[in-house]
Amino acid sequence: MGITGQVTAMSYRYDVPGVDDIDVYEQHDGYEGLRAALTMEPTDIIQLVKDSGLRGRGGAGFPTGLKWSFVAQDTGKPVYIVCNADEGEPGTFKDRPLMEYDPHQLIEGMIVGGLALNSVQGYIYLRGEFAFAGRQLAKAIRQAYERGYLGADVMGSGKRFDLTLHRAAGAYICGEETALLDSLEGRRGQPRLRPPFPATHGLYGCPTTVNNVESIAAVPFLVRHGADWFRQWGTEKSPGPKLIGVSGNVVNPGNYEVALGTPIREIVDIAGGMAEGHELKFWCPGGSSTPLLPAAAIDTPYTFEDIAEQGSMLGTGAVMIYSDQVCVVDTVLRFTEFYEHESCGKCTPCREGGYWLSQILRRIETGSGREEDLTLLEDICGNILGRSFCALGDGMTSPITASLKHFHDEYVEHLRQGRCPFGTTAPRRDIPMLAVGSRDVGNAQVPTFEPAGQA
Amino acid sequence: MAEPNVRARKAGADGEGHPSGDDRFELIDKALKRARFSQDQLIEILHVAQDVFGYLSPDLLVYIGRALKLPPSRVYGVATFYHLFTFEEPGDHSCTICTGTACFVKGADDIVLALSREHSVAAGQTTADGRFTLTTARCLGSCGLAPVAVIDGEVRGHLDAEAAVAAVAANLAASANGDDGAATEPEPERIAEPAGVAGEGN
Ligand SMILES: Cc1cc2nc3c(=O)[nH]c(=O)nc-3n(C[C@H](O)[C@H](O)[C@H](O)COP(=O)(O)O)c2cc1C
Ligand code: SF4
Ligand code: FES
Repeated sequence: MGITGQVTAMSYRYDVPGVDDIDVYEQHDGYEGLRAALTMEPTDIIQLVKDSGLRGRGGAGFPTGLKWSFVAQDTGKPVYIVCNADEGEPGTFKDRPLMEYDPHQLIEGMIVGGLALNSVQGYIYLRGEFAFAGRQLAKAIRQAYERGYLGADVMGSGKRFDLTLHRAAGAYICGEETALLDSLEGRRGQPRLRPPFPATHGLYGCPTTVNNVESIAAVPFLVRHGADWFRQWGTEKSPGPKLIGVSGNVVNPGNYEVALGTPIREIVDIAGGMAEGHELKFWCPGGSSTPLLPAAAIDTPYTFEDIAEQGSMLGTGAVMIYSDQVCVVDTVLRFTEFYEHESCGKCTPCREGGYWLSQILRRIETGSGREEDLTLLEDICGNILGRSFCALGDGMTSPITASLKHFHDEYVEHLRQGRCPFGTTAPRRDIPMLAVGSRDVGNAQVPTFEPAGQA
Repeated sequence: MAEPNVRARKAGADGEGHPSGDDRFELIDKALKRARFSQDQLIEILHVAQDVFGYLSPDLLVYIGRALKLPPSRVYGVATFYHLFTFEEPGDHSCTICTGTACFVKGADDIVLALSREHSVAAGQTTADGRFTLTTARCLGSCGLAPVAVIDGEVRGHLDAEAAVAAVAANLAASANGDDGAATEPEPERIAEPAGVAGEGN
């Protein structure tokens, strides 16, 4: 096992004042990775990414080099490289800081990726809410064009690469790669049937790769320092540094960079330890779609394989820490309301299941749960998992099944007492979440919930 | 379907200007031209339209659909799919409170309740005088700053109920005094930039 603990690898420029400007970026090894990549054959770049063992940072952990090698080069159609910057998984905030502090890093990665894939057009699909990141990227792209890193003649090599920034419009499902492609084409972002995979039939029916911001931003480092540099951190199956966001009941919630393989206990310490008077109760390894784990699993190393062994997933690197003062049912209800709201409506298990799951959870949390509700929850989850069109439906069931597994007693306690033992919900019931209806699916046309007890 | 009939505003005194009588449509026409009337630019055009008008009225949707040669069903379907687009006129000032789990454990509910009491408005609604819109969002991707709210486009972290109420009151008071920090009508230059953060989060 390589080095673990807190590291400064991909984030080493974050603290350099003004590094979002191209002059300062160039003084700090900016576009050196691109310079090196221009001397390499495209297949060699892909081989290098394969050798590094870089696994996709967008959630699924699919090896990036392998993904790139699948992109069809012989169709006679243009190849597109798309950066997934829709970072919307609850709890995740690792891509946004990268784009805000060091936007050129991502642009350099896109150009190198373009070279590797013989692509002349890239897109960055940016979450609509990220106004500042959008300005930073737009400025960086403009500067990169002015300096000749982008455009018809990348650094005088005679190769072309154009980069377009697309601002999204607020739909979590557009983070799913095929939904993202539909959205880029100007349609509702709903997932496509696979196969065919984007590697052969992606954007406008052309070969396409969709990669996470962090995956793409890592590539210039690989080109500059080699695969072994990357492998000094982490484990054989999960090498490299990882950007994470730690949130919840810790002293210093925030954005950190750690080596994969660092135990969660140490990650909590890096974030200053548990807040005073709080004791760890449960945690999510990588966003709300990754099954939550109990405090007992705190010594798990933060790697794809070890977290999987515990029955969860590394996900997006959103480490959420919850203390003994947090009601697990209320937390799960909030996750479920999120999925219900974000379900794209294309398939029945997710669209209808999400509605029913949050109704049932709400009734348990507010004290009118029934005894059969717990089996009902499990039953509905079983009918969604593996039967939904895309992974959003599966992700919806994760918090519920995991919490029922680890905190069954707490659910029972809600039923027995006929109220939430933590008493955390009363105020919220005055303003139902659904009251956001005016900005909801159908907006003015859809009847919205009236506030029950408005003051 | 009706022709565009949006409230006329600063139509050229010389009688020139946009045929609709509302010169704001010129900004939309410009964006359409920049997009070369390409249908896959629909979402970007909707963004521009909302930046200019503050919200998307049915007339506006029809106008955009005609320009891009898209049926109204397609324009409406796309516009209503995305949460950032809004179809009602927003208040002069806004506050979007994150109620995602990180903010929830840090007491976001208290903030929603306090603002809702203070202004007699439920989340998702605008006050009767049209001065203030209160909305909630789920995870704005700033969990490290929890609890987070976006007040008139500005992201504010580590809030509590008192601070949020005070911040909103300050903005309301500032515009009542004439020095409107958050004008309802965005400056035309702003349209090239992404929309404010103050939308519904994912
Ligand atoms: C509902 C849903 C939302 C997703 N959201 C994101 C996202 O915001 N950012 C992201 O990079 N990947 C997201 N993904 C994963 C993408 O589908 C895809 O796996 C990823 O972008 C691939 O990049 P990678 O290989 O670099 O990890 C999401 C997946 C699903 C099912
Ligand atoms: S699982 Fe949900 S989000 Fe995915 S396609 Fe079905 S309805 Fe849409
Ligand atoms: S939960 Fe509020 S910003 Fe993430």
